[in-house]
Amino acid sequence: MLGGVVILVILIYILRLFSLQFMNDDFKKNADSNAFLKRIQFPARGSISDRNGKLLVYNQPSYDIMVVINEMENLDTLGLCQSLGIEMDWFLRRMNEIKDRNRNPGYSRYTQQLFMSQLSGEEFSNFQEKLFRFPGFYIQKRSIRQYTNDHAAHILGDVGEVSPSDIEEDEYYQSGDYIGKQGVERSYEKQLRGVKGSEILLRDARGRIKGRYQNGKLDQAPIPGKNLTLSIDLELQALGERLMKGKLGSIVAIEPSTGEILCMVSSPTYDPHLMVGRQRGKNHNLLSQDPMKPLLNRAISGRYPPGSTFKTSQALTFLQEGVISPTGTAYPCSHGFHLGRLTVGCHGHAAPLPLIPAIATSCNGYFCWGLYHMMANRKKYPTVQDAMTTWKDYMVSMGFGYKLGIDLPGENRGMIPNAQYYDKAYKGSWNGVTIISISIGQGEVCLTPLQIANLGATIANRGYYITPHVVKDVQGEPLDSAYTQRHYTKVDPANYNYVVEGMRHAVTGGTCRAANTSMYEVCGKTGTAQNRGHDHSVFMGFAPRTNPKIAVAVYVENGGFGAVYGVPIGALIMEQFINGKLSEASEAKARDFENRKISYGTSAR
Amino acid sequence: MVREKDNKGILRSLDWITITIYILLLCLGWMSVCGASYDFEQAGNIFSLSSRSGMQIVWIGTSLILGVVVLSIDERVFESFSYLIYVGFLVLLAVTPFLARDIKGSMSWIKIGSFSLQPAEFAKFGTALCVARIMSGMEFHMNKMRDFLICAVVVFLPMGLIVMQKETGSALVYLSFFLMFYREGMPGSFLFVGVAAVFYFVVGIRFDETPLFNLPEVSLGTYLVLVGIWIFSAIMIRVYTTLRSPFWWVLGLGGGVSIVGLLFAEFVLPFDAAWVQLSICIVMIGYLLYLALREHVASYLYVALFSLGSLGFFYSTHYVLDHVMEKHQQTRIRVLLGIEDDPRGAGYNVIQAQIAIGSGGLKGKGFLNGTQTKLKYVPEQDTDFIFCTVGEEEGFVGCTVVLVLFLALILRLIHVAERQVYRFGRIYGYCVLSIFFFHVFINVGMVLGLTPVIGIPLPFFSYGGSSLWGFTLLLFILLRIDASRNKQRRR
Repeated sequence: MLGGVVILVILIYILRLFSLQFMNDDFKKNADSNAFLKRIQFPARGSISDRNGKLLVYNQPSYDIMVVINEMENLDTLGLCQSLGIEMDWFLRRMNEIKDRNRNPGYSRYTQQLFMSQLSGEEFSNFQEKLFRFPGFYIQKRSIRQYTNDHAAHILGDVGEVSPSDIEEDEYYQSGDYIGKQGVERSYEKQLRGVKGSEILLRDARGRIKGRYQNGKLDQAPIPGKNLTLSIDLELQALGERLMKGKLGSIVAIEPSTGEILCMVSSPTYDPHLMVGRQRGKNHNLLSQDPMKPLLNRAISGRYPPGSTFKTSQALTFLQEGVISPTGTAYPCSHGFHLGRLTVGCHGHAAPLPLIPAIATSCNGYFCWGLYHMMANRKKYPTVQDAMTTWKDYMVSMGFGYKLGIDLPGENRGMIPNAQYYDKAYKGSWNGVTIISISIGQGEVCLTPLQIANLGATIANRGYYITPHVVKDVQGEPLDSAYTQRHYTKVDPANYNYVVEGMRHAVTGGTCRAANTSMYEVCGKTGTAQNRGHDHSVFMGFAPRTNPKIAVAVYVENGGFGAVYGVPIGALIMEQFINGKLSEASEAKARDFENRKISYGTSAR
Repeated sequence: MVREKDNKGILRSLDWITITIYILLLCLGWMSVCGASYDFEQAGNIFSLSSRSGMQIVWIGTSLILGVVVLSIDERVFESFSYLIYVGFLVLLAVTPFLARDIKGSMSWIKIGSFSLQPAEFAKFGTALCVARIMSGMEFHMNKMRDFLICAVVVFLPMGLIVMQKETGSALVYLSFFLMFYREGMPGSFLFVGVAAVFYFVVGIRFDETPLFNLPEVSLGTYLVLVGIWIFSAIMIRVYTTLRSPFWWVLGLGGGVSIVGLLFAEFVLPFDAAWVQLSICIVMIGYLLYLALREHVASYLYVALFSLGSLGFFYSTHYVLDHVMEKHQQTRIRVLLGIEDDPRGAGYNVIQAQIAIGSGGLKGKGFLNGTQTKLKYVPEQDTDFIFCTVGEEEGFVGCTVVLVLFLALILRLIHVAERQVYRFGRIYGYCVLSIFFFHVFINVGMVLGLTPVIGIPLPFFSYGGSSLWGFTLLLFILLRIDASRNKQRRR
């Protein structure tokens, strides 16, 4: 009887052991999180410099104040608050937050808890002198991002604490880690961040460290992040930002042979220093509420009608499709394109014109007739839809309508309509006349300033482009092949020469005369993009004509004629980059543009 | 000449199986103490006398010497001096609180030189000898009230003295003597009543707040206890009376009424169905009293008293828990019964113990590799909670080996006790095995979260000289008596 009871009890205990030791993995995990403290060792984030090696972004030490609650004795709370410049209320609230296990799951009375983060060097040295008066308070060094100057905020971007969704996406991150939020800080996050190291420490029941697990055999040293060299030229960028002061818009300059972006200005811009330190959240909020949207990178996120700069792409398409012949075809233009009741206006110039002067004078009539004939050619294209699809394929091959794939977050794809789009919009009943305004870069067509600049680069290259990118070199790593490959358009290089000729004529005797200089041969094309308000002023060009070094797109919102803002700004950018400096006359001009302001309404943009 | 022959006889008739199990348990116990007291920071020599593992070697060595000494003493000495030993320990226990220093609220340690001894651990074998001596008397009969009361007093005296030293856990060990009383003829109903009381207490409190099915009005705990009282009473009627019909009446009618009551509450009008069960109990008690008067059979009266006592016990425990006990005592009971779940509060010990054991898995983390026990997550890790170390470092395999060894020890001791020719040996044997069983049952059960947290050591495992010497004395006196079982004795 008693023996039976004993056997039964032991059997029950063995069953219980079985369920504890096999059925439930939680105990094991619980035990590990109990006893092992995995202390993360943060790698240094890679630095960022411009194409000439000038340092743009580096790491600066900042200081966190830590507190061990158990060691806090007879605290002079008022003195502490005064020397840290905080309110008593804040102190009490913070203490409650630290002790709240729901908000601070790692809380222990015996270990250091974060009290206040990211003190500047100045704040730190003030506090350090008085530290001895506050037992239980410690200072922990950490590093934050710092900027050498206030340019290129949109390209550089910033870092901030990871969001819960970041943590969910990539298990590398833990709460409190930093992650790139915008710009190359975000797109090159993986290269910049390096690899976290860890040391596994043993922790006893009171949270005290009792040495290294297996004498540090499993510890891993952090691998520092890789340094980035941007393709941006800091001086060019600074000039561009100067010129765009008081205006909304964008400048993009590309080195055609490599696709490297030399400068990318989005105006208004902001001071990247605002995104550093404890004030980041507050400043970010203020900037995001600004109606002028300074946080928006207009160069890649803004969609604009390209206006007449788009005519170059039309000329190339018509030439390749045989709609026009380079010298033979001349279309009439009597102050515009007239067909039935439709009129697309044009300014006064001699008519009829062949291609090259049509580009030079930016004749609307010429390109409207070109598109009209292409869309109406039933011999070559059985339907207008087929013609439209052919047209669209040309546009896409030039990098329009889809994201180019720049190495920055937030790129917009722009808009190139296709046959299905018009079928839907006009319920199947449409023809060349219906859509005529796309031939002059109006209507449904929208491009980003980057795509316009890339058009310039493609023409400069006579038929191909390399995906524009802002990072020239990642330390110890080859550049992504996407940024070295040539993308050829559907147009033969020979046809490009006619367009180059037209753009050269525009500079020497057409709409871009202000860009003409004796120093090198500039090719350009203006644009005056109509929109609901005042016209946008656009310029697209490159220089020199042979072996081009720079292709530029300038887009000034509501700037009026292309020649008013676009051309002179583009010319200054070219001069700065090709000569490495501005002449005295140019410098005077630059000062003049720096001070010109366009007054914008405060309505949402 | 004679003496030498006698010794040879002892060696031959000594129960080597028990000794083998004893040695194995000592070895495993020492490994566990090493694991539990090892410090990652001061990874010193586990044999060093400054460490607990080193000291445990001293305790094991002296225990073995003690065992040999006991074996060399004539077995009649223990029987002859049993009263003297018992009284000696009573005196020692009585003076202990005055000599002892307060160690964590306990007044049970006497300091001799640099060693501390706990008389409570030794008083067990004294009590066992005394009880065995009384019960082996020719005139003794368990079912005589006077004899039983004498035995009970002999057990309760040291128990009370130990409670006064604030060592409630050690005192409760003396309840294990009732297992031996049962073997020696104490009515089974005593044990039955004990088990029933535990059932009322645990179920009543554990499921007090749980609703029955989807009836929020009915407390599952109360309902189950009332059903239990009815069924237990029915079983007692079946076992202790001769008439068959009352059993069927009680079971059938009670069952029918219960079902009708439940169905009514479920489908017609929700009400507290526990009232139906209470009514059944009260009607049953009335019926039993009526039967007692009609049939003139006292058994009905006893069963009626049992039912009435059960009702009284159940309702008074509720009252005591809510109104008499202090807050921390209430919490302790609630945590034990799994009602409250607070990792850093009262249930901390038990949860950490389970985490440590659960993290061991099949084969454990290996000797000296446990993290939970060494980093002091488990409290009392080298004494009361030492089984955690076995679980964490040796895993399921190690735990099972240890439990099977204890099972083998107790079964072997039952065999040894039963083969005694004289009652003294048998009764003493049952005392010893009951004490071992109680220690293993409570200690391992507590670590596994199955029994209340009562601070008593695991025999041969928990660190400490007093308990090891105490258990060795208990065991080796039995072995000495057993070794002379075949010798003719004059009485």
